[in-house]
Amino acid sequence: MSKGLPETRTDAAMSELVPEPRPKPAVPMKPVSINSNLLGYIGIDTIIEQMRKKTMKTGFDFNIMVVGQSGLGKSTLVNTLFKSQVSRKASSWNREEKIPKTVEIKAIGHVIEEGGVKMKLTVIDTPGFGDQINNENCWEPIEKYINEQYEKFLKEEVNIARKKRIPDTRVHCCLYFISPTGHSLRPLDLEFMKHLSKVVNIIPVIAKADTMTLEEKSEFKQRVRKELEVNGIEFYPQKEFDEDLEDKTENDKIRQESMPFAVVGSDKEYQVNGKRVLGRKTPWGIIEVENLNHCEFALLRDFVIRTHLQDLKEVTHNIHYETYRAKRLNDNGGLPPGEGLLGNVLPPVPATPCPTAE
Amino acid sequence: MASSEVGRHLLFQSHMATKTTCMSSQGSDDEQRKRENIRSLTMSGHVGFESLPDQLVNRSIQQGFCFNILCVGETGIGKSTLIDTLFNTNFEDYESSHFCPNVKLKAQTYELQESNVRLKLTIVNTVGFGDQINKEESYQPIVDYIDAQFEAYLQEELKIKRSLFTYHDSRIHVCLYFISPTGHSLKTLDLLTMKNLDSKVNIIPVIAKADTVSKTELQEFKLKLMSELVSNGVQIYQFPTDDDTIAKDNAAMNGLLPFAVVGSMDEVKVGNKVVKARQYPWGVVQVENENHCDFVKLREMLICTNMEDLREQTHTRHYELYRRCKLEEMGFTDVGPENKPVSLQETYEAKRHEFHGERQRKEEEMKQMFVQRVKEKEAILKETERELQAKFEHLKRLHQEERMKLEEKRRLLEEEIIAFSKKKATSEIFHSQSFVATGSNLRKDKDRKKEPGCGFELLCVDVRTCENSGGRKDAEKAPIFCKTEVPEHRRSSSQANFIKKKLEVCFDFAVFICFITLYLVNGHSY
Repeated sequence: MSKGLPETRTDAAMSELVPEPRPKPAVPMKPVSINSNLLGYIGIDTIIEQMRKKTMKTGFDFNIMVVGQSGLGKSTLVNTLFKSQVSRKASSWNREEKIPKTVEIKAIGHVIEEGGVKMKLTVIDTPGFGDQINNENCWEPIEKYINEQYEKFLKEEVNIARKKRIPDTRVHCCLYFISPTGHSLRPLDLEFMKHLSKVVNIIPVIAKADTMTLEEKSEFKQRVRKELEVNGIEFYPQKEFDEDLEDKTENDKIRQESMPFAVVGSDKEYQVNGKRVLGRKTPWGIIEVENLNHCEFALLRDFVIRTHLQDLKEVTHNIHYETYRAKRLNDNGGLPPGEGLLGNVLPPVPATPCPTAE
Repeated sequence: MASSEVGRHLLFQSHMATKTTCMSSQGSDDEQRKRENIRSLTMSGHVGFESLPDQLVNRSIQQGFCFNILCVGETGIGKSTLIDTLFNTNFEDYESSHFCPNVKLKAQTYELQESNVRLKLTIVNTVGFGDQINKEESYQPIVDYIDAQFEAYLQEELKIKRSLFTYHDSRIHVCLYFISPTGHSLKTLDLLTMKNLDSKVNIIPVIAKADTVSKTELQEFKLKLMSELVSNGVQIYQFPTDDDTIAKDNAAMNGLLPFAVVGSMDEVKVGNKVVKARQYPWGVVQVENENHCDFVKLREMLICTNMEDLREQTHTRHYELYRRCKLEEMGFTDVGPENKPVSLQETYEAKRHEFHGERQRKEEEMKQMFVQRVKEKEAILKETERELQAKFEHLKRLHQEERMKLEEKRRLLEEEIIAFSKKKATSEIFHSQSFVATGSNLRKDKDRKKEPGCGFELLCVDVRTCENSGGRKDAEKAPIFCKTEVPEHRRSSSQANFIKKKLEVCFDFAVFICFITLYLVNGHSY
């Protein structure tokens, strides 16, 4: 097999040679990469359009989970994010309904469409989190739920006759609401984030940010960031998954300056300067939700929906799901069929500090 | 206020949701939505997720695209030229020979870039296809190659620690099948090969070197080809017609299959333009002229319109089929004997258990066999040992018997010897007695007695012969050097007399020499 031009010409990531499969065919398998210069327009870039059309036809799935103590404004924020009555607010509950004894998981699905793009949005609410007197292990039902979704996906993937498009119910993003105490993170917050940051993408959010002044806000944010770093909690976007320099600089900026986002949510509109804006009306003024001077809601929205939505899904699929799968298969001594098909059984993924689903 | 159902919602408690039976995904979205109780929402403002396809596309651009083309056709039919023309690049230079013993596949990967799109193009060529005398096995290497790519992907997918998103996808997305422009019909080899490939890869048949077929002949040829393909049940790739924007075009193209193409990288000046064409004495065949050939249509269909669909079909249809077959071959099913869904894990565990049991049984068997063999061998050895022992005993006994016999014989012999010596002794005594009694006759008798027993008794002979006359007188004084006793009765013979005389002379001389020596010795000593 002759090697063509030297490998240095091609991209490092792309010059990997295809590994020999089993059974060995009687044909040479390793392709040679040659960088060719095109002598005219062909139309390869139309593939972008083709891809776009295809994805628009199939639609997207997005599952977002909100976690926090009751009364922090989770449902309101989700409604504000997607500009519709996505979650039922707790205040409209029947007063006779008791506060749930354990953490419940409620998943509500919606289909929303914008600009020809259909999105199946699922909001997963967790009423009862952190509301009991003894909150030990209250993150466990949440972790269990997340792992259950991975398990479902894995089962579908491992089927012989697979569906064309496996329904994706895995949690892509988890918004964790931090109480705006102004001091520091609570032990419950730390525990939760420590356990779940390895399983799902966590975006910490400071709720009800209109209780803090600007200085208090920036101080609080700094303190929170430091505490998270000290405790080794990797929130989304995780440092280790930055692919290239561009991503890194962009994400660094977000990580070190903006996060955690201090947000205010509202679904009521008011008239400000002739415009109708979403906001909260108080005796001392109207807090505009989408005004960057007032709160960072717009940043959060742009971050989650407009720029990093696909990336959230990808990190969930390529990293968190794969970690779960690897751990699961290793624990079971190898789920894949046939001992002959399994390649090297690689060393098990280092155990996460959380229990796996049974 | 009673908790009115504003929206129906699913409630997931802490126990695992039961796995629903495998529903066909082909069911419409609406039905599925109803089943899962999802409602549609309208938004009151702009959220912004319409940029989602862009995000996705950006991601793909970052990663790059893969496209793999397989060209199947006889040697010299114009495969490489067509690919060069399609992608407007000179890929490789040399021509392959016609003398390959069997069909081989050669794969080469190229990286092309257009605006911000990076394409990793792999072109697989069949070398030696249709050249052999016996073409029965021609299609097999191709099928093997395609299967091998699927296998590699399947392996990667089944690994525990896998990296599918960085995996270089080498599965063949499209197969361009080059048909010889005979003008009549498909060759049997073509039919056979296409039949074997149609379930594994998207086949697009093309008529190569279409400039050898005239327009009218071409129409008939195309119709003939398509009808042959249909009647033989070969499923070629149909351009998708479900997307409205391209449905019309695709449908039209479907009717024009197979495309009649001409490939050329040579540039010819036509009018005031320089175009890719083939120059003949009777005219110029322009590659990109739609009246001359279908090259432009092929390029458009293959690259501009349906590249993504080809990739998708390969992944969702051909690869899934391969995977399903492969896994079923290994004995895994989704549904157990009672028609209840069986999870892969259960099947696997069962198989594993069975396998272990089988193996243990075999081990036991082998152990038993081994023990038995050992025993047998031991028995045989013991048997031989015993036999040897018996033989040894037997021989020993024989030996002893022999020995005793010999002892017996020896004893007898010794007795005989003793008896004999006794006799001898007694006879000697008897003779000596008789000798003393007679006297002078004794000598004669003695001689006579000695006669039968012995002849010459020569003790020592002095070789120094010398004439000496007076030797005889000194016979008594000289030391006896030799003692010759000549029997008296032989004196009569003259020869004996002569010998006797000679001996006497020698004797005298020897005596004389002794006197001289003695004198000299004595003289010296004084």
